[in-house]
Amino acid sequence: MSPYIPLTTVDLALAAVFLILNALFSILLQLRLERQLVVSALRLVVQLLLVGLVLKTIFTQASPWLTLLAASVMVAFAGREIWARQDRRLQGLWGIGLGGAAMLLAGTLITVFALTAQIRPEPWWSPQYALPLFGMILGNTMTGVSLGLDTLHTAMHRERAAIEAKLLLGSTRWEAVSTSLLQAVRSGFTPIINSMAATGVVSLPGMMTGQILSGVDPQEAVKYQILITLLIGGATGLGVLAATLASVWRLTDSRDRLRLDRLAPPSA
Amino acid sequence: MRVPLLRVDRLETALIGPLSFEVAEGECVALMGASGAGKSLLLRAIVDLDPSGGAVTLGGLDRGSIAASDWRKQVALVPAESGWWSDRVGDHFPPHAGVDDLLDELALAGALNWEVARLSTGERQRLAIARALCRNPKALLLDEPTASLDEAATQRVESLVTRCGQSGLAVLMVTHDRRQGERMARRILHMVEGRLQEDAGPVA
Repeated sequence: MSPYIPLTTVDLALAAVFLILNALFSILLQLRLERQLVVSALRLVVQLLLVGLVLKTIFTQASPWLTLLAASVMVAFAGREIWARQDRRLQGLWGIGLGGAAMLLAGTLITVFALTAQIRPEPWWSPQYALPLFGMILGNTMTGVSLGLDTLHTAMHRERAAIEAKLLLGSTRWEAVSTSLLQAVRSGFTPIINSMAATGVVSLPGMMTGQILSGVDPQEAVKYQILITLLIGGATGLGVLAATLASVWRLTDSRDRLRLDRLAPPSA
Repeated sequence: MRVPLLRVDRLETALIGPLSFEVAEGECVALMGASGAGKSLLLRAIVDLDPSGGAVTLGGLDRGSIAASDWRKQVALVPAESGWWSDRVGDHFPPHAGVDDLLDELALAGALNWEVARLSTGERQRLAIARALCRNPKALLLDEPTASLDEAATQRVESLVTRCGQSGLAVLMVTHDRRQGERMARRILHMVEGRLQEDAGPVA
């Protein structure tokens, strides 16, 4: 295999040339995107440099507590992201807690399973394996859960009259919301289904590309990618199901009532 | 003196009540009051669609003692604007319900194959009542069943409601039309700011 080629700061700066060109176009064409473009590019650079530093420290310390702390920080950010991506959220702590808990549950279960049953590093929580794996699983589960919850809450709000009509004719809460629930679960599953179907044909996944670029044998890289993608699919599905079912349970009650009063009004 | 069938006892939500009244078997009671007085909320509370305190019984059966879905099969509510969850009218009726006679009566023969989106307001209202009736409830709560209907459609709905009463249903009907209330009901209840005014007694 060809050896790994290290990058210099100049290489990175050169990579930004076309992005800066885009910013200039934005000014010329009055697209008003230049500020956002530059700010997000700077965020990318600063965040990743910091993460590199942090990861290096965590890897050299090899402490289970430090690894757990890093994982908790990731969960907190992802939980907030799920909350932010919903137009209509559950009221109060449920708004951030329910999606975050579903993601945490599915992500942790699948990550621990992968670490202890398939990858088996020594020790099993070795941060070099645990954190990137947890990050990828968490990121995809986060996308699925936020899509699922956003679709569910929008659908239940829009279909209020139809859901109540079913309830009035003697349906249980689960029968009455089945259409909305189905829509939500489907929309949560769609990204991972699409990405599994297109992987390798349309796109080479980032992780696999990274491994190949850093000199890993493509066949080995492919095996890792398959493992990760299957795990991501499993975690996303579990997360979406847990989140949407729990949210339906919260937005209805044991007397088969629709409780949209537990849904906050959309953010402005 | 007729036997009370639907009995509402100190019913109370965050916005209305407490209020108590009874509707007898085969009786039609009209419920009137200004907009915002809580008439629709009262109907929703009776069928347990909104959380409420107090007791509601049907022929002695307490609503809390059975599943809410079973309660609503016996105490049917047709709201002012009904929801439709499927494109075809027939999907809203239980299969093999034998509703053809009922639909004939309402001048809606063949409606099961119609599209919901093409229904007129009057057709929607009558179909909403029909789909509630075909589940054989013992009490029927109607929220302004003839609002925005023309004269002919109003008459059809009124005669259907009258026949429901004749067949023994307890009917509670919200209306804004005093003459309709007097035409249809033996008693009119008046609601003001979430409470019932003194029962006006039999109209006739």
